[in-house]
Amino acid sequence: MSAIALPAPDPQIIARRDQIIRQLGALVGSSAVIGDEDGRRLFETDGLTAYRRMPLAVVLPESTEDVARILRFCREGGIKVIARGAGTSLCGGALPAEDAIVVGVSRMNKVIDIDYASRTARVQTGITNLAISSAVGARGFFYAPDPSSQLACTLAGNLAMNSGGAHCLKYGVTTNNVLGMKMVTMDGEIIEIGGAHMDAPGYDLLGLCVGSEGQFGIVTEATVRILRSAEGARPMMLGFGSSDAAGACVSAIIASGIIPVAIEFMDKPAIEVCEAFAKAGYPLDVEALLIIEVEGSDSEMTTLLERMVEIARPFEPRTLRVSASPEESARIWKGRKAAFGAIGRISEYYCMDGTIPLGQLSLVLRRIGEICATHKLRVANIFHAGDGNLHPLILYNANDPAEGLRAELAGADILKLCVQVGGCLTGEHGVGIEKRDLMHVQFSPEDLALQMQIKTVFDPDWLLNPAKVFPLDALGRPDGVPAGQTDQLAA
Amino acid sequence: MEQAPLQTIQRPAVEWELRTALQDAAAKKQAVAILGAGTKRDVGRAGPVMPGISTSALSGITLYEPTELVMSARAGTLLKLIEAELDARGQMLAFEPIDLGPVLGQPAQQGTIGAVFATNLSGARRVAGGAARDHILGVTACTGSAEIIKSGGRVMKNVTGIDVARGLMGSWGTLAVLTETTFKVLPKPQTTATLVLAGLPDEIAIEALCQAMGSPFEVTGAVHLQAGLARRLWHAALNSAGQAITALRIETFESFIGYRAGRLKDVLKAFGDIRVLEHDSSLAFWDELRQLSVLQNSNNLLWRISTAPRLGPQVVNDIRRYMSVDAFYDWSGGLIWVEVPYSADAGASDIRRVMAVHGGHATLVRADPAIRASVEVFQPVEPGVARLTARLKATFDPHGILNPGRMYASH
Repeated sequence: MSAIALPAPDPQIIARRDQIIRQLGALVGSSAVIGDEDGRRLFETDGLTAYRRMPLAVVLPESTEDVARILRFCREGGIKVIARGAGTSLCGGALPAEDAIVVGVSRMNKVIDIDYASRTARVQTGITNLAISSAVGARGFFYAPDPSSQLACTLAGNLAMNSGGAHCLKYGVTTNNVLGMKMVTMDGEIIEIGGAHMDAPGYDLLGLCVGSEGQFGIVTEATVRILRSAEGARPMMLGFGSSDAAGACVSAIIASGIIPVAIEFMDKPAIEVCEAFAKAGYPLDVEALLIIEVEGSDSEMTTLLERMVEIARPFEPRTLRVSASPEESARIWKGRKAAFGAIGRISEYYCMDGTIPLGQLSLVLRRIGEICATHKLRVANIFHAGDGNLHPLILYNANDPAEGLRAELAGADILKLCVQVGGCLTGEHGVGIEKRDLMHVQFSPEDLALQMQIKTVFDPDWLLNPAKVFPLDALGRPDGVPAGQTDQLAA
Repeated sequence: MEQAPLQTIQRPAVEWELRTALQDAAAKKQAVAILGAGTKRDVGRAGPVMPGISTSALSGITLYEPTELVMSARAGTLLKLIEAELDARGQMLAFEPIDLGPVLGQPAQQGTIGAVFATNLSGARRVAGGAARDHILGVTACTGSAEIIKSGGRVMKNVTGIDVARGLMGSWGTLAVLTETTFKVLPKPQTTATLVLAGLPDEIAIEALCQAMGSPFEVTGAVHLQAGLARRLWHAALNSAGQAITALRIETFESFIGYRAGRLKDVLKAFGDIRVLEHDSSLAFWDELRQLSVLQNSNNLLWRISTAPRLGPQVVNDIRRYMSVDAFYDWSGGLIWVEVPYSADAGASDIRRVMAVHGGHATLVRADPAIRASVEVFQPVEPGVARLTARLKATFDPHGILNPGRMYASH
């Protein structure tokens, strides 16, 4: 793939590489700096593997103070910085650049304090998402946002992307579950935003910074809400003869006043691939499958599931199966959570992430089918139906550059469609490089200009995570990328 | 309480009128007071008389899709109209915004939806369901440069670009004037019940509340009223005992409420006898708390303190070393409404010293203009955050015309 332009690196910075690596070593210790080619290559891409760039150097600091030293040094030297968690971004949010250093937070992964009475945990942000829940699990608590990559992805990345997950219908996304954070600005200043309390003083800097995709600073510690787990959780599978019926059933459930903890949708191609991988017992004779999970006591869950079965009946479900055991529940979720990996076994894919109003579901699914057919591509759809977040996975052959390009074009058409029907470009994966040039579709020049001015408040020289989020040709972009001076050759 | 005078007041009825008004103000560098219905005008630092611009004529619900859990309304729409519309479809604003009007000497139920978000007003259910800022999905607003901007949208999950909509929450009209808000709504629970413990000292009460919040039974309100304030409750079953009141709310389907109340009683049995308020009685109790009933008709100064729930009683105890205090704890101890007697600085220096020890912040909600002109009403933020705050203000409002000085003296 090669559709996304990246700025040509600054040869003067590259010429200083050895010196920069020595200076970084002197600042934070040479064991924290990776300068050799093999070492750097491990960081050359993220979850959007079609794009690769060798970083100038990689630094893995062990303290907030070291992060501050590094950023102050880079600000003074005009060196760009790309923050990195686990590198699982699906939109190229952590893609390196040849003239930028990567600052990874993975060595800062400790739990600092857990306050069960106040229901908060203070952690370093290199901790993985799942490790937070594991740290409090023995006492029956958990950290709510649960992106599919939760085994690997870090809280730092979750904060940068405002990550969601399958259960955010009930529990919200990252921005709703973080109360405070320690952030290092590009000046090397360490600031505390919010705290352990439920509302932060002054302007909602947490709101601005969460989801800012590494554009504003590097967050090294955070105070997150931890919640008590429900008494139990139980999924049910409902298979339908059409996507329309499944979508209408979701609307009817929500209209009834029941908010399940998760409502996941898969279309036939997605069901087939996930079933082949996870042997979850998904029905293969349906066009659309809903996985609906409820929480509560045994009798509460039974009652809720029975009610939803009644609500579903007019939509003529072909399959109806309530999980009978924790093992079966785990299998049902394993299939869904492994969907990306399962599809990755059969083909390269390009994962879209638009959100749409639920009422537009049947139109959008039909149009997605048409768009992919026009581009001679196959598509599998996975959908967080409760909150309208759609994940079409466009399959393509990685050895065929023309097909890769068609996949990107089809993806762009799908995202434009999402915006047209009242939705947005990205529900939980972020903009990164991938959707950067589509931002014009969703935002007016004034809206984009304001966002870029806010970026300038935090990072006046535009050194953080360059060439991401904002279109390279956006009017007034102050990081001095001269028009036309971009490097079309990726990968 | 008497409100500060305004020179004139403009009520633009469409966005372009508001924009023109702000263009004029920007051209003249004329500071303007930004208001909805004006019920909270007396919150903030007191400043000079200035002309006002109200959003109250920008009114009306523009979108309501119950099955998508979303509503849009223009900023001046009365909250009570929005809640009536939601109620008719069995839905609600889950963050249960409080009505600050009555404690400020204003009539009840006059507030606008724009002001709810501009001041991030959240009630008891915040402890479980999130704050106003957690429910905003999108806004349209006019900045101090008289530019109409949009952020967010109408869908539940949206991480496209910088979250400007959330950044405007709680900015008290100092960054931009909201013209339309889109927010998440949720089904109204079928039934509610409230478990009440009486006579507990603060420390024990907060321990009980935190323990209940840490149980799996989905408590959606956790408050403790000291005896002095409990006496002021309107609720006849609760105001007569002369004792502190500790209350926990559960809300769910009718068939589940008995089970949950029973299990929660088990969790709390070590804390004493528990009474249960059934549905109607429970609704009446939480409804009056939404109006801050126990803090009305008082001439005492009123502070709003936010801290880690566990630390609530220590904060109150430490403040009591300097002044007499009546406290109403919400959010299982994390939000404390504190009434203190009159003093020249409203106790600000002592209260803020206590906050510096324990963490959190304190806002002076009710005080006469002389006091509000001399002390910081909003807690000053640390220097690094203050610099970002000032730069954000300059970005949104380069001429410094929107509610200047209301939050911070310098801008």
